[in-house]
Amino acid sequence: MKKARMHVLVPMDSAGDPCEVRQFVCRLRQELETQRMSDEIAVIETGRFGPINKGVSAVIHPDGTSYVNLTAEDAANLVEEHFVKGRVLKEKQQKGDFGEIFSPGVVLKNCGRISPDNLNEYLACDGWKGLETTLHLSPGEVRKWIMDSGLRGRGGAGFPTGKKWQSCADAADPRKIVVCNADEGEPGTFKDRLILEGDPFKVIEGMIICAYAVRASEGFIYIRGEYSLSINRIKKAIKEAREAELLGMNILGSGFSFDIRLKIGAGAYVCGEETALLNSMEGKPGNPRIKPPYPTQSGYLGHPTVVNNVETLANIPSIMENGADWFSTIGAPTMPGTKVYAILGKVNHPGLIEVPTGIPVRSLIENYGGGMKEGSSFKAVQLGGTGGDILSEEALDLPLDIESLEQAGHVLGAGALLVLDRETPIIDLLYSCMRFFVHESCGRCNVCRNGGMELYRMISRMRINEGVSGDIELLEEIATALKLSSFCPLGTSTANPILSAIRYFRSELEGCINSTAVRPSPIRNNLKLSAFSS
Amino acid sequence: MSVHLKIDNQEISVDSGTTVLQAASDVGIKIPTLCHLPDISSPGSCRVCLVEVEGARTLLPACITECRDDMVVRTTSKKAREARKLSVELLLANHPWDCNACVRNNECELQALAADMGITEVRFPYAADQVEIDQSTPALVRDMNKCILCRRCVAACSDVQGVGTLAPRMRGFDASIGTGDSEKLSDAVCVQCGQCSLVCPVGAIVEKNDICKVWEALDNPEKTVIVQTAPAIRAALGECFGLKPGTRVTGKMVAALRRLGFDKVFDTDFTADLTIMEEGTEFLTRLKKALVNKENVALPLFTSCSPGWVNYMEQFYADLTPNLSTCKSPQQMFGAIAKTYYAEKIGVRPENMVVVSIMPCTAKKFECSREEMHDSGVKDVDIVLTTRELGRMIKSAGIDFLNLKNEEMDAPLGMSTGAADIFANTGGVMEAALRTAYEIVTGDELPFENLHVKPIQGLEGLKEASFKVEKTLPDWEFLKGQTVKVAVAHGLKNAHILCEQVLSGNPEGYHFIEVMCCPGGCIGGGGQPRPTTAETRCERIKAIYKEDENRPLRKSHENTAVQELYKEFLGAPLGEVSHHLLHTNYKDRMKGNPLAHAKEE
Repeated sequence: MKKARMHVLVPMDSAGDPCEVRQFVCRLRQELETQRMSDEIAVIETGRFGPINKGVSAVIHPDGTSYVNLTAEDAANLVEEHFVKGRVLKEKQQKGDFGEIFSPGVVLKNCGRISPDNLNEYLACDGWKGLETTLHLSPGEVRKWIMDSGLRGRGGAGFPTGKKWQSCADAADPRKIVVCNADEGEPGTFKDRLILEGDPFKVIEGMIICAYAVRASEGFIYIRGEYSLSINRIKKAIKEAREAELLGMNILGSGFSFDIRLKIGAGAYVCGEETALLNSMEGKPGNPRIKPPYPTQSGYLGHPTVVNNVETLANIPSIMENGADWFSTIGAPTMPGTKVYAILGKVNHPGLIEVPTGIPVRSLIENYGGGMKEGSSFKAVQLGGTGGDILSEEALDLPLDIESLEQAGHVLGAGALLVLDRETPIIDLLYSCMRFFVHESCGRCNVCRNGGMELYRMISRMRINEGVSGDIELLEEIATALKLSSFCPLGTSTANPILSAIRYFRSELEGCINSTAVRPSPIRNNLKLSAFSS
Repeated sequence: MSVHLKIDNQEISVDSGTTVLQAASDVGIKIPTLCHLPDISSPGSCRVCLVEVEGARTLLPACITECRDDMVVRTTSKKAREARKLSVELLLANHPWDCNACVRNNECELQALAADMGITEVRFPYAADQVEIDQSTPALVRDMNKCILCRRCVAACSDVQGVGTLAPRMRGFDASIGTGDSEKLSDAVCVQCGQCSLVCPVGAIVEKNDICKVWEALDNPEKTVIVQTAPAIRAALGECFGLKPGTRVTGKMVAALRRLGFDKVFDTDFTADLTIMEEGTEFLTRLKKALVNKENVALPLFTSCSPGWVNYMEQFYADLTPNLSTCKSPQQMFGAIAKTYYAEKIGVRPENMVVVSIMPCTAKKFECSREEMHDSGVKDVDIVLTTRELGRMIKSAGIDFLNLKNEEMDAPLGMSTGAADIFANTGGVMEAALRTAYEIVTGDELPFENLHVKPIQGLEGLKEASFKVEKTLPDWEFLKGQTVKVAVAHGLKNAHILCEQVLSGNPEGYHFIEVMCCPGGCIGGGGQPRPTTAETRCERIKAIYKEDENRPLRKSHENTAVQELYKEFLGAPLGEVSHHLLHTNYKDRMKGNPLAHAKEE
């Protein structure tokens, strides 16, 4: 391996403009060639870290200088100044290292620091150490480690991961399956995508450890079809891992065999629900299944299956590397570890952050999101994604962990934080949420199919100030019913924004009611004497 | 193992695996259901059976929630009551309200639920788009505007019949039950069995209504209108008038048909006996060809009485149609004989005769419109009514069915034996065939108690029997020592298993296989009164066997009217005239348009 004097790390991911960044990297390489420096300066395409609204960015090591808002035209200048003359290109410099702020080093540890296409770079950053430890333990011991670590699923429901694995391991059927749920469909979240784009080996390592722990030999990554870059990177990573004998028969001579295949999803939101995902994997319509049996008892093709979220699996290698005790001391005791959030909306630094659990939203916005944008003041935050609760100022000091939120009647969700300012009407947010859910309901269960439609239509009326008195109570009634009686979590999620908005912003919503409006009467299609009358 | 729980403050113990719905019903609590089809499927999609379980975060659907130890269930809590009521209200909101003009009026489960729950107001406007009513097939009408997406029809089509025509498609509010790519049922693979219409809780899938055609014929003084009634009707028609399943109403049915104005009331049983003569002979002939002449004949022989099953063979297993008996179904034999032999006898031109059949079956509507079924020169059977339609027709004529005096069928096409009665249920055709064939071969009566072949009775999906031919008459010596093996299947999912076996070389060595398309046979047909559950099927079967046992004659070859028919008209079984009138051929419908052969009038 050639050794370079300096490294230019350029995030090449789907959060930026792929065309711009590609042009910049080409020009940069050309310029380095012209200056005959291409041997000593390595340009490394990495995944993302930090803000996503700064255009093309680059970090140069070892000095750690960060540049933002780069264009292809800047390439010559940058090479001239930084590499030839050894001076910082002031006008494009970003003060401070994003990495220091944004990652305490569990899930996003390598994102933006290594090339996601190079197994050796992952290896150099302590990769595969967790697997090494794992292969020296028995599957039962591995499960115990994960159980002791207190890790809970990061996909939204927060089920204890160790328990899930144990249940799968306990199933009698010897053919067991590990599925990585990369069908990140929650609008506003992009954490799984950036993890896969930035550090695919970590997810693969997590899957191998999981497979070892539950004695599975087949693995699948169910990934959104829209995530083309993630798909390419994970494909490449699987290939490299196979070549390095980290996947396939007899992994590292341990006698344990496991391999991973990709399943590409077609973009239905409900397929992020694990049983709908399994149906989709089997080629069936993406409808959720009746539980029980749970997937760990009867999952893919009826075999016991562990379905874990990308972020959950990305936690596993570090736990196995550093031990359960290390992990359980991070963050909130009831939900130890870190959580990756996609913070977006009216903040200065929208982007991906990883913080210990239990940090309140206020601190996330101020310390990690760079505070509210100039000229805007905080009004609300939607927590978790489109199916999340809309919180007002008064809920901002709630610690972000499952238990604390649950006590306050909220859910943590998948890790999006959408920050709204005072200019944004709550009814507009509700409208876009409901439009989304009406489109994404699978149509199987009555309350979600019909109830969701009623919610959407009422919100649509209220949005044009045509709400009828009593609408808010009716919204509440239907949403409560959805929460209590829908078949799967999609229906429950539909209710969350409505119920929380009524809880915190009732007076604003009351403004959408027009006292002169009348409820549309249930006008029926004209009585048609059908073909059956005789 | 049993579990102990509390439902509405009543302590009960049930076997583990029992659902809350079942447990509640055991202690006299009726939890409303809609999408739940007992023993077949509980998709949990209607959200009507929700109950509150202490400690559970959400309400749980009683139909799929299993009882656990120390569970505390409340079926009438405010939460559960309100959620259920809203579920029904939401369904009503997007369901047309033309109940009075709906064929399911007063039989509609959604209507009944709304009434039971005391829903007096629907607060949501109707939002669904109108879609065209699908009347493309002779048997079934699909009005998807009325569909509430309970998926019962999907379960009947896939889980019971294994046909898989109906499936959910699209998402969310656009979701509908469809037939794959095709808008029309006639463009899809469909055997027309009508099991979907039997389970649909509303009027979204119903039989095609032909009552007006019958009235029209009866009103026309130039037409001689005769009616045939299938054996399964007499054990089920009473249910249309509130009688218990399994009540035999043969005499009342005959009386009602006379009141309606039919010129003659005949019995499909007559041609069922005829079928046995033809099919039994066909079976013995094939056996002889195989065993004596060592010819390559298609064995095992499949029965061909069930038109849904014939459609299934043509659409799914066209390679096996040589194994299908060439005999027409009793309904079509009746039409062909009525418009030739009988028409001649009474001096009526076939064009002026209208043959109406009362069938437990929707596929019969398709069958009578097949182009092959015109052997009398005109359409052999003109109109088919299902049991449900007959019930409605009797009501619309103001006939007080329950107080009718019993009447007898007309001669000669109303004469029949007990063997013909049991055509109505699974195992019956086989038993009837064996009663005759055994006697033809050995000269002795079938050596089973009360002539019943026990192993092929009952509701098990696949049944088989075998017996050794110990002695024979001189003509049938080649069968001496031979073990004859027969199999019986009902429900196409079970038939599929046998078809696969036969395709793979018939490892079980069956000689004769009876298949009825619908579960339980014709008594569970797609045109029978609703609801048809496992219990109603059992009761109807019991009634049919009683009908058989009460007959003086119980073997088809003893039917004197049939004997006369052969003497006067047909000659011998499988003879020239029989060949022309009573036998048919089959098509390969595995490619192209599967239902294209239905002849438009």
